[in-house]
Amino acid sequence: MMNLGPHADFIVASYALTAFVVAALIAWIVLDYSAQRRILGDLEERGVTRRSQRKSGA
Amino acid sequence: MPFLDFANPSRFLAFARRALPWLSGASLIAFALAIYLATAVPFALYEQSQTILIMFIHVPAAWLGMMGWALMSVSALGTLVWRHPLADVAAKATAPVGAAFTFICFTTGWLWGRASWAGGGNLPLEYMILDARLSSVLMLLIFYLVVIALVRAIDEPSRAARVAAIFTLVGVLILPIIKFSVDWQQGKYTLHQRESLIRADGPQLDMPILITLLVAALAFTLLFFTLHLAAMRNEILRRRVRSMRLMQARELAEASA
Repeated sequence: MMNLGPHADFIVASYALTAFVVAALIAWIVLDYSAQRRILGDLEERGVTRRSQRKSGA
Repeated sequence: MPFLDFANPSRFLAFARRALPWLSGASLIAFALAIYLATAVPFALYEQSQTILIMFIHVPAAWLGMMGWALMSVSALGTLVWRHPLADVAAKATAPVGAAFTFICFTTGWLWGRASWAGGGNLPLEYMILDARLSSVLMLLIFYLVVIALVRAIDEPSRAARVAAIFTLVGVLILPIIKFSVDWQQGKYTLHQRESLIRADGPQLDMPILITLLVAALAFTLLFFTLHLAAMRNEILRRRVRSMRLMQARELAEASA
């Protein structure tokens, strides 16, 4: 284990905080993605289409 | 023209699908390398001040927090002047990522300052060290939060985009203030050290520390763009959901009329 010196608490706090913020950001983006995909899937299942899809006959 | 290609959201989604695995893989590798280098630096170089370990997070976070606002300013021009269809998607997706990095920069800077500027003592007030650099970075963080709040408060996306774009372009003034806050009246308003990397006489850092810092900066930059791309993809999907719901509502209204 490295010797972090007299300010070890501050160093550990900085790294822990950064890890937490980055993890929260990643989790939010991943969850948001699956939520949007789910809603889109639901809407498509109910036969709702966007105008651009209709034009191309999709 | 790739720039014009990306104006098409479907093409952008296809690009994001291909690029995201590569970008996230590259970020992981860069982070692994940065952590290895940070622990491998001979500790004699830290000269009793191991708090320099905080720099490997603090400095890249500062660059990216400021770069985020600069990117949002370019996107703001894209919204207001060129009316690029994805400009405001890009701006909206940057705000939370930029805010997170600015928050990391601020809190690590505050912890670092507390560790090396404050002599000691246990008064809670001593935890409130706010010099010119810390205050201006806090202001940038507040600006990010204002943009996020503005975009959420206005329901119609194109109006929200215009309001946020104007605020972003006014707020860009904070960037030079942050940059020069350590040069004006050094010692009177700030305890922050001056620029030690980009200097006319070369970087003032020992080689192993400099290399570690650059690798850490690369890792955080890759992470930034990975998250930004993924957030843009979410925003495009969110807009599709919105337009489909509007379409559905219109059909229901027509059916009942």
